[in-house]
Amino acid sequence: MKFAYYPGCSGKGTSVEYEISTKAVCSALGIYLQELADWSCCGSTPAHATDTLLSAALSARNLSLAAEAMKQSGATKLATPCPSCLANLKTARHHMANQEFRRKVDKLLDSPCPPLGPKGEEPLPETYSILQLLVEDYGLENIAAKVTRPLKGLKIAPYYGCLLSRPAPIMQFDDPENPTSMDRLLEALGAEVVPFPLKTECCGAAMGIPRRDITARLSARLLDAATTFGADMIAVACPLCHMNLDLRQEQAAKASGVSYDMPVLYFTQLMGIALGLPDSDLALDKLSVSPAAALQKIGKEISA
Amino acid sequence: MDSINLRARDEAFIREVEKESGQNISTCYQCGNCTAGCPCGPVYDLQVNQIMRAIQLGDKKTVLEAASPWLCVSCSTCSARCPNDIDVARVMDTVRHIGRREGKTKYVINAFWDSFLQTVRFCGRSYELGIMALFMLRTGRFYTDLDLAPRMLPKKKMPYLPHLIRGKAAVSRIFKRFNDMQQYDD
Repeated sequence: MKFAYYPGCSGKGTSVEYEISTKAVCSALGIYLQELADWSCCGSTPAHATDTLLSAALSARNLSLAAEAMKQSGATKLATPCPSCLANLKTARHHMANQEFRRKVDKLLDSPCPPLGPKGEEPLPETYSILQLLVEDYGLENIAAKVTRPLKGLKIAPYYGCLLSRPAPIMQFDDPENPTSMDRLLEALGAEVVPFPLKTECCGAAMGIPRRDITARLSARLLDAATTFGADMIAVACPLCHMNLDLRQEQAAKASGVSYDMPVLYFTQLMGIALGLPDSDLALDKLSVSPAAALQKIGKEISA
Repeated sequence: MDSINLRARDEAFIREVEKESGQNISTCYQCGNCTAGCPCGPVYDLQVNQIMRAIQLGDKKTVLEAASPWLCVSCSTCSARCPNDIDVARVMDTVRHIGRREGKTKYVINAFWDSFLQTVRFCGRSYELGIMALFMLRTGRFYTDLDLAPRMLPKKKMPYLPHLIRGKAAVSRIFKRFNDMQQYDD
């Protein structure tokens, strides 16, 4: 199984543990991720909040690179771990089905994107989240078959964030309000998934820097809920959600007046643990809130 | 309560929002589902359904003076719950686009967005330390997230140097053409 791969900027910085564990897990499963040469930033929220065309052009440069690379490599799909990149890349492709919009985007680029086919076929690839590809293309049974250290007894709150499944007409993945893919994946790893009604409630997104009061308040609600439902940890699939819940956990505690000690792990790190990958592939030491105590429940000792 | 002069409806504004967002604003019947689900409602000055109503009324001033569109986190809960399938989050995005074109950039979030995009323009990828530095310079908020430094720096998750890509000039040209195009449109 081979996918073209767009890591996203945070993968090279604040979410490096997501990047390391994603690559390690895919490699262990025999999935080949081919990183796009010279990929650039999708513009994230700042671009789409500024202008739809600017956002689409920043994404289109990468989609063009992907189309070319995939022709060479035979990779069938474009994959990214980051929901914000995913949303921008998917939205750009969605809008570019409109010829007038496509012409305007092309005018912003050095060289135009490959044109639509005679029957409107889109040569630019569709982008999928790593989560979706693992669950739908690789398959949960196949993942379960490779588990060597089941996460038995570990209670996990699955948190999806806003973007993986919304807006539904563009994301076309799972249920927009009650997704269950990550629940089922964690169950396949042997974990106990606790009910988590806030699984798609916003964590405060990119407000952390300009308006931390908003982020702290929204993240605190999630941490409160995970605590209430008896979770040992929260599993996430988004670098920004992770930053708000893990790195900014003390800021959330100050806002709510409750102190938390809630580890927040990327679902790929949990997969890596269950697949028995070495610690260097898990990058658990990059987490702000140590999962050491929680992981003792499954007999996993870590130094962090 | 203020009275509303329906003859003063700014029809061009309504059409502009509808065209750019691709949404039919007139189908909103004020059920309030968007507002009920909005995580940012508590910090808004005008609730989402009130923004939608003001757009229907062509009340451009009220819409563009509101703080709410600049506090919206684009979580799309409103869009998911609209019984008339209006992509409300896209309407909020469109209000920001129009607002920025008309110089409504006093809200602090704009300083963050501009700082972010500036690093992309010059490096080809976003550069976290650069964003922080530019944001501090723009706002004078030099204490922003200093409390996170002791947690962050020992983890070596924030590269000191930017990732400069080969195609950074190509990315920079996207921004230049975009800015030129906007000036031409004006």
